Amino acid sequence: MNSFKIVNNTLFLSGELVQSTVPNLLSQIEPMLKKEHPVMIDIAQVSKMDSSGVALLDEIQAQLQTQSGITMLSGVPENLKPMLETFTSLKLKSSHPPLKDGFLVALGGACYTGFSNLKEALVLAADIYFWSFVGLVRHKGQRKGSLYQQGVLLGVNALPIVALLSFIIGFILALQSAVQLRNFGANVFIADLLAVTMVREMGPMLTAIIVAGRSGSAIASEIATMQVTEEIDALKMMAINPIRYVIVPKFHAISLVMPVLVAFSILVGELGGALVALSYLDLSIDVFVNRTIEIITLKDLIVSFGKSTFFAWVIVIIGSYFGFQVKGGAEGVGKATTASVVASIFAVIVFDAVFSLLYL
Amino acid sequence: MMENTEPIISIHNLIAKYGEKTILDGINVDIQANEITVILGGSGCGKTTLLKNILRLYEPYSGSVKFWGQEVLGLEEDEFGIVLKQIGMLFQNGALLNSLSIYENVSIPLEQHTKLPHAIRDRMIKVKLDLVKLSHAVHLLPSELSGGMKKRAALARAIALDPKILFCDEPSAGLDPLTSAALDELILDLKHQLGMSIVIVTHELASIHRIADKIIFLDGGKMLYYGTLKAAMQAKIPQIDHFFAVGKF
Repeated sequence: MNSFKIVNNTLFLSGELVQSTVPNLLSQIEPMLKKEHPVMIDIAQVSKMDSSGVALLDEIQAQLQTQSGITMLSGVPENLKPMLETFTSLKLKSSHPPLKDGFLVALGGACYTGFSNLKEALVLAADIYFWSFVGLVRHKGQRKGSLYQQGVLLGVNALPIVALLSFIIGFILALQSAVQLRNFGANVFIADLLAVTMVREMGPMLTAIIVAGRSGSAIASEIATMQVTEEIDALKMMAINPIRYVIVPKFHAISLVMPVLVAFSILVGELGGALVALSYLDLSIDVFVNRTIEIITLKDLIVSFGKSTFFAWVIVIIGSYFGFQVKGGAEGVGKATTASVVASIFAVIVFDAVFSLLYL
Repeated sequence: MMENTEPIISIHNLIAKYGEKTILDGINVDIQANEITVILGGSGCGKTTLLKNILRLYEPYSGSVKFWGQEVLGLEEDEFGIVLKQIGMLFQNGALLNSLSIYENVSIPLEQHTKLPHAIRDRMIKVKLDLVKLSHAVHLLPSELSGGMKKRAALARAIALDPKILFCDEPSAGLDPLTSAALDELILDLKHQLGMSIVIVTHELASIHRIADKIIFLDGGKMLYYGTLKAAMQAKIPQIDHFFAVGKF
């Protein structure tokens, strides 16, 4: 049974000072200490104590010292001395939490970090471009068959999801437009609308977003894991350039497969739209195909495939950058992957806006 | 004063299997309180498996494991949880939660299993980290620590609730001799000053000589010997003699 009393400026504690009793005891003692200020704590009658009991004594002493100047512990039973000596926190040096930066310091720090990160990303991008061009003529430093393997991983395996989403987007676009066009008797323009939208915008951007989510995250997590498990360091120690060995095959593969994926996306998106045009707007297949071919210009196709390749490069560079920047273990890999996907999608949309402005 | 000789851990006919393969074959041992018991043997002899079967991290195939006389095999999770609150475990690689700081790692058991106010918890955490000489690293993440620091932080977490029994899986593995010796000193302090009972899996000979009160020697999944280290050296068991002989230099 725990009890406490204050007699002649001494706080007498008795019973067990353990994890189960300390919370209650402290909540009862604290209000009393505000009224009375004992200068001595007697624990002669304490039969059992663990580290929470020691922490309780320390806390009481700390509170009393601020009120009455000094507090002494007396009557410490012999069997409790080792516990007290081992777990007392009074021997610790008081540490102050680090001061928080002011707004301007934080803003300046954020800008500096941002520019440093951008600089590092640009240096990495330059490295990747350089070794990719070198890799076109000299295959030394690359694993045999890696281009084919990466082509399958980044391209062929992405076909089903690109097809499914492009078909649905084409279908939805056509359906929403068809209602409005039919009101004006402009049914035939569904083909124009779909062609322009799919070729100029939706095809490249939708594919890039899928690739960023699917392949960009894979690239970031693969490189981050290699970094965490010292595989990158192992490559360096074998005098193998990790960019050349790991990233260049991905860069080459994605440069080849991205235009193909975009072409596939445009085609399947058109099919989804054609379904609406033929069934809901009663257009003939000849009219739909002819209008589509008529409206798409060579410039549209070049811009579309050009920007899709650019998006692919952005995705690889951002994925690689966040992969190399990883800190920590499994947690760091997760963070790097998430950051890479968010940054890739953001960059794709921003660059798409730039391309749209440049090539209206 | 009469010494309490009732074992804190009783293992009877414990059999552990991975699939069809028997890893531990009929282990019988009574571990006494306030002793450091070292489980040793060559690689793959079942040391860590024994530790994890005692703690039900792997469910034993058959047998009996009692803590303070209470059978724990077959206990429901919450019932076994009550037993586990009196037990600390130091994992081989620390097993710290990487997303949390060292301070937060040590605070987990205190927050989850006690109703202690923040001021008391704070003092307990800082003292435990000071004990393992990590006062300067309280707000660092595990990824920012060296291997030895990780082990020490994990030890601080393992003793956060003042366990009666501490299990350590290869605490000295991968540490330099000085760090290893310091960790052994700390383990000895926990035993002598706080009366903790400690079960350690290791094959570090220097560490065994420094800290072992009793040893459990495993070979091929069977327990060859349980007793004091001195008696083990005189028992003329070839596997034990060979184990200690190859470590001499």
